[in-house]
Amino acid sequence: MIDVQNVTKTFTLHNQGGTVIPVMQGASLSVAAGECVGLIGQSGAGKSTLMRMIWGNYLAASGSIMVAGVDVARAAPREIIALRRHTMGYVSQFLRVVPRVPTIDVVAEPLDCEDAHEQAAALLTRLRIPERLWGLSPTTFSGGEQQRVNIARGFIAPRPVLLLDEPTASLDAANRETVIALIEEAKAAGSAIIGIFHDEGARDRVCDRVVNVTRFA
Amino acid sequence: MNARQKNTTEYNFAYLDEDTKRMIRRALLKAVAIPGYQVPFASREMPMPYGWGTGGVQVTAACLTPDDVLKVIDQGADDTTNAVSIRKFFQRTADVAVTEATQDATIIQTRHRIPEAALTEGQILVFQVPIPEPLRFLEPRETETRKMHELEEYGLMHVKLYEDIAKHGQIATAYAYPVKVEGRYVMDPSPIPKFDNPKLSGNPALMLFGAGREQRIYALPPHTNVVSLDFEDHPFEASKANHNCDICGAGDTYLDEVITDDQGSRMFVCSDTDHCRIRQEA
Amino acid sequence: MQPLLQVKDIRKTYGPRIGCTDVSFDLYPGEVMGIVGESGSGKSTLLSCLAGHAQPDTGAVIFDGRDTVTMPEPERRMLARTDWAYVHQNPRDGLRMGVSAGGNVGERLMAVGARNYGTIRDTATDWLGRVEINADRIDDRPSQFSGGMQQRLQIARNLVTGPRLVFMDEPTGGLDVSVQARLLDLLRGLVRRMGLSAIIVTHDLAVVRLLADRLMVMKGGHVVEQGLTDQVLDDPQHAYTQLLVSSVLQV
Repeated sequence: MIDVQNVTKTFTLHNQGGTVIPVMQGASLSVAAGECVGLIGQSGAGKSTLMRMIWGNYLAASGSIMVAGVDVARAAPREIIALRRHTMGYVSQFLRVVPRVPTIDVVAEPLDCEDAHEQAAALLTRLRIPERLWGLSPTTFSGGEQQRVNIARGFIAPRPVLLLDEPTASLDAANRETVIALIEEAKAAGSAIIGIFHDEGARDRVCDRVVNVTRFA
Repeated sequence: MNARQKNTTEYNFAYLDEDTKRMIRRALLKAVAIPGYQVPFASREMPMPYGWGTGGVQVTAACLTPDDVLKVIDQGADDTTNAVSIRKFFQRTADVAVTEATQDATIIQTRHRIPEAALTEGQILVFQVPIPEPLRFLEPRETETRKMHELEEYGLMHVKLYEDIAKHGQIATAYAYPVKVEGRYVMDPSPIPKFDNPKLSGNPALMLFGAGREQRIYALPPHTNVVSLDFEDHPFEASKANHNCDICGAGDTYLDEVITDDQGSRMFVCSDTDHCRIRQEA
Repeated sequence: MQPLLQVKDIRKTYGPRIGCTDVSFDLYPGEVMGIVGESGSGKSTLLSCLAGHAQPDTGAVIFDGRDTVTMPEPERRMLARTDWAYVHQNPRDGLRMGVSAGGNVGERLMAVGARNYGTIRDTATDWLGRVEINADRIDDRPSQFSGGMQQRLQIARNLVTGPRLVFMDEPTGGLDVSVQARLLDLLRGLVRRMGLSAIIVTHDLAVVRLLADRLMVMKGGHVVEQGLTDQVLDDPQHAYTQLLVSSVLQV
């Protein structure tokens, strides 16, 4: 489902003397449907960078990143957008939404069906977001609440490919369990998942194997 | 005879010089050839203020021949200031015969009315026009309104009618009601009451419109198809005051409301004085 | 899928000065493209050329298979009131200030031949609702509206005939930040629901992040970088884009 081959990434800081920072070379990785792979390596090793390249957010300098048959490293913007709309989900550490849009709408947005709101309500309930907050914008929420809204939004629509950046960070035990259950359900449904977990317990429970990105440095 | 000699020595026939008349006639020919289209012309200073019919007077002057019989009306009346002074002007400068009888006239200059009596082939009706551009109040740019006419972009005209209905519950425009000529140009029929609009269509007389200050001439040749703009669910209606004439009793003419004392007493009388007189005499 | 709009080698100069040059791109149905750059970068000149407000020196703007640069003016103007829409930065440029809100929305309908007052009014009422203006304001003039309401009215007036391509020039430009957010959300919803393609010129990177799928960065009349919006903003490749992104306090 995901096949990363020989990917190189450098950052060129044009406004700081043209400094070139090589961050990754020869990165290769593949994930099958129903498989969950954890990225490990110390801070700055390039876990998030690799994940962002798969998401299309960072531009790979060379190599190929095949996701469901599309080479994200070379695809036109509209192909990546179509991929994100129907195939690939991403739970980032940060919630980025239009201010004033109610939480329930933020969560329901990836769905395009009649009962989107009911499904969103069910998932918010499962993630213990109190119903009185659903009509408010999540921009006013606490960090943990925002994180759960982000997770709800990422998991609401079934996606063949899921990218998870610290999905269990800053969650209490009960919510952590819920998120792990969500990941297991997605795996069972056949999603190919790449995750970054500092929470080793969670990593051990959901990941079939781990890839240390320091070897791509 | 003496008077005629005296006049012709002091003025050229019908005041305007022959070159100017030729220029206006060219504009008129073009206007007749393109019904409803506003033809620019080099309007002259006339010995009367703008707003008193300088456009109409120039058109009349360009059309007059010594054998013509002229009638001049102002809001339907032959005896009001504007009508009297223009009639006298042409009596002095062209020495043409004048009349108050609609059917006897060959040229009728009018301010804001079409006579009640049916016009006939060979007659010319000259309208005085203050603002010839029907789109003007919605679109101030002349370059843009000309483009809109060119491309037949007339949606804006209906915006005006829409606003009328939104504000008054009906199309409240009572005069200068816009029309479409031969399915092509939208035209301002000058501030005639909309009661007169149906008479614009298929009329056997030639209708000429002159706007002196705005320097435009336009025309409706005889038997031109003229349609008043409207909405399907708010159709055009040629309305008038719901009364009969208090003098001649006519129920089918356009009426003026006349206040007769300080207590608010009023009467309704035909605005067409010639028509009313004929009915009284009959 | 065929592109809705194909822009080929657009160049526009003002005497010796370059307005914009070498601009080419394809826009597909449902795509929203942002054009960013500082004042004088050529983004507004480009938008004018694309929307037919200015004549480019060279190049083609092919909409639905027809070159709008060389097509006769009547056709282009017809396009401008049917398949195209243009949202001005200043609502006063895009509204008739002397005409009621209902008349403003109805104008495009009447321009394409609507002649039933009741239907026009019902459609106008519906559209005022969609842009969150109360139906009881339908007979008020835009001069009685706040800036944000005026801008929403302009959007309703533009979208009422169901255009396929919308040009927007700094649509949130003169508005308070709180009003901007609301307008952005509204625009995003409308664009998604109607499947519109849009080209949005702005200098506000937050606006393009929220609205645009794709981004084009202009400087000195040239396109220096283009790509997926979040990719260009988060991993800019060109020196100017890096400067632009790093100069913003928080995107």
